Amino acid sequence: MISIDTELIKEIVGTGKRIDNRGFDEYREIKIEPNIISSAEGSARVKLGNTEVVAGIKMEISEPYPDTPKEGTMMVTTEFVPLASPEFEPGPPDENSVEAARVVDRAIRESKAIAFEKLCIKEGEKSWTVCIDIDVLNDDGNLIDASGIAAITALLNTKMPDLDENEKPIYSKKGSKSLPIKEIPVSTTFVKIGDKIMADPSLSEKEAMDARLTVGTVKKGDNIVLCSMQKGGSVGFTEEEIYQIIEQAEKKGEELRAKIKKALV
Amino acid sequence: MSDEFVMEEKEEESKKEAVPETVPEEAPKRRLVIPGDLLGSGIAGHGAYEENGKVYSKFIGLAEEKNSLFFVIPLSGIYNPKRGDGVIGKIEEISFSKWIVDINSPYQAVLPLNEAVDEFIDLTKTDLTRYFDYGDIIFAEISTVTKTKNVQLSMKNRKCRKLRGGRLIKVTPAKVPRIIGKAGSMVEMIKELTGTQIVVGQNGIVWVKGENEGIATEAILLIEQRSHVHGLTDQIKEILEKKLSHTGKPKDNIENKEVI
Amino acid sequence: MTDKRIDGRKPDELRKIEARVGVLEKADGSAFFRLGNTMAIAGVYGPRKVFPRHDEEAERAVLRTKYNMAPFSTETRSRPGTNRRSTEISLVIREALTPVIFLNEFPKTAIDLHIEVLQADASTRCVAINAASLALADAGVPMRDLIVSCSAGKIGGKLVLDIAGKEDTEGELDLPIAYYPKKKEITLLQMDGLTNKKEVKEIISLAIKGCEQIYKKQQEALRDKYKLEEVPEIKTKE
Repeated sequence: MISIDTELIKEIVGTGKRIDNRGFDEYREIKIEPNIISSAEGSARVKLGNTEVVAGIKMEISEPYPDTPKEGTMMVTTEFVPLASPEFEPGPPDENSVEAARVVDRAIRESKAIAFEKLCIKEGEKSWTVCIDIDVLNDDGNLIDASGIAAITALLNTKMPDLDENEKPIYSKKGSKSLPIKEIPVSTTFVKIGDKIMADPSLSEKEAMDARLTVGTVKKGDNIVLCSMQKGGSVGFTEEEIYQIIEQAEKKGEELRAKIKKALV
Repeated sequence: MSDEFVMEEKEEESKKEAVPETVPEEAPKRRLVIPGDLLGSGIAGHGAYEENGKVYSKFIGLAEEKNSLFFVIPLSGIYNPKRGDGVIGKIEEISFSKWIVDINSPYQAVLPLNEAVDEFIDLTKTDLTRYFDYGDIIFAEISTVTKTKNVQLSMKNRKCRKLRGGRLIKVTPAKVPRIIGKAGSMVEMIKELTGTQIVVGQNGIVWVKGENEGIATEAILLIEQRSHVHGLTDQIKEILEKKLSHTGKPKDNIENKEVI
Repeated sequence: MTDKRIDGRKPDELRKIEARVGVLEKADGSAFFRLGNTMAIAGVYGPRKVFPRHDEEAERAVLRTKYNMAPFSTETRSRPGTNRRSTEISLVIREALTPVIFLNEFPKTAIDLHIEVLQADASTRCVAINAASLALADAGVPMRDLIVSCSAGKIGGKLVLDIAGKEDTEGELDLPIAYYPKKKEITLLQMDGLTNKKEVKEIISLAIKGCEQIYKKQQEALRDKYKLEEVPEIKTKE
């Protein structure tokens, strides 16, 4: 629903400013805390402005897919828990929650961040499934980027459970081996309001937006590589706008990657 | 005797032709267009929209131009209520001082008591069903449509009345002008030849009553199918004359297309 | 290394297209669309009253979109019912079509769009969107233009247009788009795979070229509906 705020934001953006006075290419303050949930194999809490999410990694043993018998698998789920926003309702995931999970999944999967070939326990029979669950605790916009940062940070501090004599995972204490992670993919989201493009939309900016583009990037050697893209919103982008966003995404992705690395030290 | 509101109908001219990127110098007055087709430079009328001085079609339909005003008659689509339209509706609900009427539209219409009945009515003593009951079919005029699509009807126009007996046909509202014809010529022709009473609602509902109801219905459905064809009035006349003279007694074999 | 793809196509060649409008009797508008072995049917009901009422919007119509894959559409049977993938695809399809629809002309109504994929050989969301655009126009929903959709990608390092099944599973990158031709705007964009910013420009350009070709076929299909070769006779039973 269009609210008074939305009209005000469009006006302000039209004059070249953002409602919270940030630069158009500026992200809100980010706080990354790894390893905060002891019951999980890996975890992270991320605050992006007032948006807050927690990611937890649980590793389970299951059958590998028939066409990849020597590889582990992963799944990403996001929970838009009702306490995070007056707009979230209890019940099965709605389309926004599903989209967020799949976009986070895409960046991690396509960048080949997880070395699935190292997650095989017994070929064709047993392998590790990496379950990435993200709980949104407060929605002040840009859940995708916050969730993405939390997910990869959690993966980077995940320890695989040791196996007992019956080949069952021991969850009561932290395992000895780290989950093999090869890359640090990062999703960066931009929105268009009128003809202005801005990074890291806050909730009110998201409500006023015309269109949104999330670009996932990863660094391979010296090169920045694009690994995923997702457009949202009910207005189109011109090609120019898309390429503009991709340029910015490369820069912002690097900045976020640096912050993640720093938090894990 | 004309029983319906007649809409101005223009000369039928078109045949299907490819729509070029720019409007050719000698484009025929009416041609088949699709959404996004360029109609010309000027003002957008019904069924068209304007962008940077150029006018484009919103629908699959027949495009026409009059003094740089471009409009398109859609060949399909639901009925969007308009003030002044004569519509055929069915009484759906009866409330304290009004009737709620289904006018074949996503928008319900309201017929207030004072727009339907002239005499003074004591609501505490009178049952509104005396005038119009559930399921009754009426021909009414749309007196108001608000911005939020609240539709109000009136029966004050002398052409408005309850329609008893007969059968109802549902057609695409956009085809109604063809069924009526220029200055009523098409529908009058059908009425005369088949000896039926016909009332055509702008909302795509047509009421037919008479011994040859079935044949009249067939004709109307045929017009709906061929609405974009040139010389339709003569074609229909021919078909009707053949059907009516066939075996001396006209057969009435068509099933009701849509009884509401 | 030859220039031909698994199915013999050139890198910038689309699969065979088939488009038909008005294929379902009960729907207000409908269309069938096919790209090679991927086929879908779209049906539109509306604008009509909204149920449940709380979906209603006071100032515009709501476009409700459901993309569904028939259980027999894939080689391994897909379980009927919604899943996360079809939920996401329904969302992006809706957002792809919204820019061209005059939603404000029908406040407090719903336009219900259902797309059924009958046979899946990759690029299902593209075929779904192409069918949906035609179905909306067929239903008489006022539109600024048609939306057209196509995918492009990378196989064996080579850029290709319109990814087909076998290519999809063995390919390196898949990038479907939806395009608003009059405004030259992209209304759907997704990407799976690895590329750089220079290459992605070429892939997007390729997809747009594919869209422009499909657009012509969509327009033909709409005009064809009203082409009468033979005047039909109504038969009376004797």
